[in-house]
Amino acid sequence: MATVQIEVPTSARERKRNLLDFADWTADEIGALFDTADVMAQVLTRTIKKVPALQGFTVGTLFFEDSTRTRLSFERAARAQSADVISFASGGSSLSKGESLKDTLRTIDQMQADLYVVRHACAGVPHQIARWTEASVVNAGDGRRSHPTQALLDAYTFRGRFPGFDGFAGKRLAIVGDVMHSRVARSNVELWRKLGGEVVLCGPPPLLPPDVAPGVARTHRLEEALEGAHAVMALRLQRERMASPLLPSATEYVARYQVTETALELAHPDALVMHPGPLNRDIEIASEVADGPRSVIEAQVAAGVPIRMAVLYTLLVGKR
Amino acid sequence: MSRLVILDARLVDGSGELGRGDVVVEDGRIAALGEGVGAGVQADRTVLAGGRTLTPALIDLHAHLREPGQEVKEDLASGLAAAAAGGFGTVVSMANTSPVVDEPGLVADLVAKADALRVGGRGAARLRPAASLSHGLRGQALTDFAALQAAGAVMITDDGIPVADGRLMRSACEYARDLGLVVQTHSEDPSLRGDGVMNEGIVSQELGLPGNPTAAEAVMVARDCEVALLTGARVHIAHVSCKRAMQVIEHYKALGAPVTCEVTPHHLTLTDEALRSFDPVFKVAPPLRTADDVAYLRDAVRRGVVDSIGTDHAPHTRAEKELDLGSAPFGLPNIEVALPLLYTRLVLAGELGETDLLRLLQDGPAEVMGWPAPRLEVGAPADLVLIDLEDERAVEPERFRSKAKFSPWAGERLRGWPWLTLIDGEVAFEAPEAVV
Ligand SMILES: [Zn+2]
Repeated sequence: MATVQIEVPTSARERKRNLLDFADWTADEIGALFDTADVMAQVLTRTIKKVPALQGFTVGTLFFEDSTRTRLSFERAARAQSADVISFASGGSSLSKGESLKDTLRTIDQMQADLYVVRHACAGVPHQIARWTEASVVNAGDGRRSHPTQALLDAYTFRGRFPGFDGFAGKRLAIVGDVMHSRVARSNVELWRKLGGEVVLCGPPPLLPPDVAPGVARTHRLEEALEGAHAVMALRLQRERMASPLLPSATEYVARYQVTETALELAHPDALVMHPGPLNRDIEIASEVADGPRSVIEAQVAAGVPIRMAVLYTLLVGKR
Repeated sequence: MSRLVILDARLVDGSGELGRGDVVVEDGRIAALGEGVGAGVQADRTVLAGGRTLTPALIDLHAHLREPGQEVKEDLASGLAAAAAGGFGTVVSMANTSPVVDEPGLVADLVAKADALRVGGRGAARLRPAASLSHGLRGQALTDFAALQAAGAVMITDDGIPVADGRLMRSACEYARDLGLVVQTHSEDPSLRGDGVMNEGIVSQELGLPGNPTAAEAVMVARDCEVALLTGARVHIAHVSCKRAMQVIEHYKALGAPVTCEVTPHHLTLTDEALRSFDPVFKVAPPLRTADDVAYLRDAVRRGVVDSIGTDHAPHTRAEKELDLGSAPFGLPNIEVALPLLYTRLVLAGELGETDLLRLLQDGPAEVMGWPAPRLEVGAPADLVLIDLEDERAVEPERFRSKAKFSPWAGERLRGWPWLTLIDGEVAFEAPEAVV
């Protein structure tokens, strides 16, 4: 087991680093982050599930869009390392209160947090906030754009299922469903390719337009996407898309794009099935698949806290 | 009698180069012009132009001055002062205010207020208001065009909101044709546009921002051109942003449809790549398009397909532009930088002749409206701008007369800044450097 080197930093604000997406992260840095997550996962199996690594640091969670699951996961990751946590939740536009986003951030920033975890329904807000604060910023999901910690825990889960994992090269991830509206899909495409893996995208034409992820393989046929895939990720289909000008019906979607045992027969024999949650059972994924032997959905959930611990640790005290 | 003399200017108007000379302005009109005519003339003010370029003040057929009701963004005083600082002598204000300018009384109020602003040299361009096409911009019932025109409205437009109902657009054009009014359209199909906040394409898909496809614009431009053809009304397509929409206009112009069109300074100089900054300053409608579209618009300008450049000056508060991209309003302020921006980026870059640029800001808009072409000639109104083509200066939004003190071009070094603007022979703007 690797050991976490604990050093005493001068000030996190002086050594600011962000996780907005993976643009300025290298594959090696991400590999090191996975190693750190392994250590954190060990910590979480102990009787006392807490280390003093982030003692004296303050993590602020700014959730402009509700997501209890993600927020609790980050807060647990912070507290398990003895960081203080302040939480800010706000629905809707801040202008309705006569205040700009920047005003809101400036007010919160008076509390001098070292790192903000930001979630917003619109793409780009974590980038805007990163411009306005000296603190580090972690993107916890912005609109359709990016959800880097989800992609990290997905890849981490995949890596963890193969003893003596020899890297992502030659490994193919099939992402199936509403790709256009999915930050999980965009982040997974970015990360998986950065790590050297292959990606194939699949979905109905209105949800997988040609402009999405140029250069990435795509198909509107589920069988083509699944053929030889090492991992299959079914994306959540929002209920409001089912009865809209985008799709004929849920029935049509289920018939053509639901990830089923039959369809998975085309996949690699060891293929894993993933889902970012929450599940629409028997819509994008058959229950027997979600609960079946290939499913790593529970492992994905379990990976959330150690990955987020590793992210907070790496940004606040880790070596670059 | 008041008299102002400008000595030693380079004289240019839509008819071409008029050589170097002086201009004598008396009681708001040009009393004499030519070499040496200003020598020894007693005047209330003498301006030493030093060879700077004197030309008729510019005309903007598309500015959002926000009065009444949105004075926190802009008002007539700040907006018309900003226009004068940008070299504009005449501005057509848009009607998407609060309340909407849909009643004759509101038009008359605007005209009276703007006229008062020009008294006493407080520095304001002339206002020629537009009125809305539908009551409350709701796209349901026509406004009373005849009464609005009698009150001073020169244009009919629901700009800001597309006219979704084709039958309403047709009726509007039938009335407008009879009254000799121009209908200006904000042509975007609402259902194709959807919740798009930027151009739909590779960049929007990468950024995860809802896109607005060029088809939304092109399809509505086609409908509006068909309605122009059907009714014979003069339809002016505002802020054409993309190649497809421009190609549609070319098609209808070739058919002889009574259609004219406008492009904006931002659609000629910025692309959707700017949205990578996630800065809502770049959120405009129609959206900034691709480099390919910009190149096509510039080519259309060169080929004479474009009739006028309108600024679509659309001020907002800084707080509104410090929201997320979904919540921030569409529009950017640009009336004070339009001329130097286009002079630097197009003329100095060798893409467009200087007189071609001026034509799009003077004769072009005048022709669209059926107004006489502005000329430097004895008896003409002394709405003039003296431009310094040499001085290079950075865009400093904090110095804007507009209340919207931010700019996509902040810090950019430009040439072609207005040095002095006269409206009715009165100094409406002078650069600090011009004060002697
Ligand atoms: Zn418009």
